[in-house]
Amino acid sequence: MNPDGIENGIVLTDEQKRRRRARSVAIALALGALVLLFYVVTIVKLGPGVLQRPM
Amino acid sequence: MTDIAAVDHDPKSVGFAVSEASVGDYLALMKPRVMSLVVFTALVGMMVTPVHLHPVLGFAALLCITVGAGAAGALNMWYDADVDAVMRRTSRRPIPAGQVMPSEALAFGVTLAIGSIAVLGLVANWLAASLLAFTIFFYVVVYTMRLKRTTPQNIVIGGAAGAFPPMIGWAAATGTIGVESVLLFLIIFFWTPPHFWALSLWRAEEYARAGIPMLPVVAGHAETRRQILLYSIVLAPIGASPWLFGYSGLPYGAIALVAGAAMIGLAFRIVALGDQKEGVHAAKRMFGVSIMYLFVLFAVLLLDDWLGAPGRILL
Repeated sequence: MNPDGIENGIVLTDEQKRRRRARSVAIALALGALVLLFYVVTIVKLGPGVLQRPM
Repeated sequence: MTDIAAVDHDPKSVGFAVSEASVGDYLALMKPRVMSLVVFTALVGMMVTPVHLHPVLGFAALLCITVGAGAAGALNMWYDADVDAVMRRTSRRPIPAGQVMPSEALAFGVTLAIGSIAVLGLVANWLAASLLAFTIFFYVVVYTMRLKRTTPQNIVIGGAAGAFPPMIGWAAATGTIGVESVLLFLIIFFWTPPHFWALSLWRAEEYARAGIPMLPVVAGHAETRRQILLYSIVLAPIGASPWLFGYSGLPYGAIALVAGAAMIGLAFRIVALGDQKEGVHAAKRMFGVSIMYLFVLFAVLLLDDWLGAPGRILL
């Protein structure tokens, strides 16, 4: 903030903030879905053997 | 204080730019309508195989093919932003509309392309992944960057990109490229020219303004109508080829022949009506009917496969 009390740098408009948040939520959901997909695919490809390991 | 809204959104300008893109803009970059056709044809290619993937793996493979198609669409929009801006049909696309920056579309497309190819290779097999990679390369580099702006045969050769999905679906399930998948490829390959040339008949002025050498722009409307008829005549027996080769039952063959005859009939009508107002209506009808043609053929092929031999006897 400069001596006149005006904020320096980039200030996003409300619409830009809203869209950025929506994009962030979409990326989070996509990443979550990918984690779930990779987990399920791993279980399917490896089968019950995924739980068997030498003790 | 700097108001971002007042900053030039053009990334080529000096300074910075902030994304204005909504989630919907990113989805639009993936060309959802094209993706829906890809999903459907790839699903059919995957389902008519003699062996089937586990449903979870099949779903994952289909998702990869769909996302790969979306990646190709995004990269196409990135490269074609200049011509999209001058055509009414495409001027509202996210990049010419100023919602998405070209660099964003490029990054989005490349990320999705690499991700979809890699995951398809891991989930299904590397033959399917290689076919997907080739399809994206063919659509983006061969068609978009080269053919589209240089030859009236652009959509004939470029149509191969749209024809690959059922072959990728087949390869994902079997790890091979079977004759049946080649037939499905050929159906879409020979379906593409009459489909897009029908569209180009009433969009010729826009293509000319954008400098795209579509057939009506380069060779004229009469020659385009003649080519639509020729390709429709070739398409009809190819559409019935899964039945002719013994891969599907008589119901499919009968429906494919009737649908093929309908396409030829419409093409004759387009030729006969010429540049009259009714001729334009006929071209628009041909565009719509051709979508139905492809949908019906693949849907019946899927149904035929599900019903199997007993169903064929009943039908």
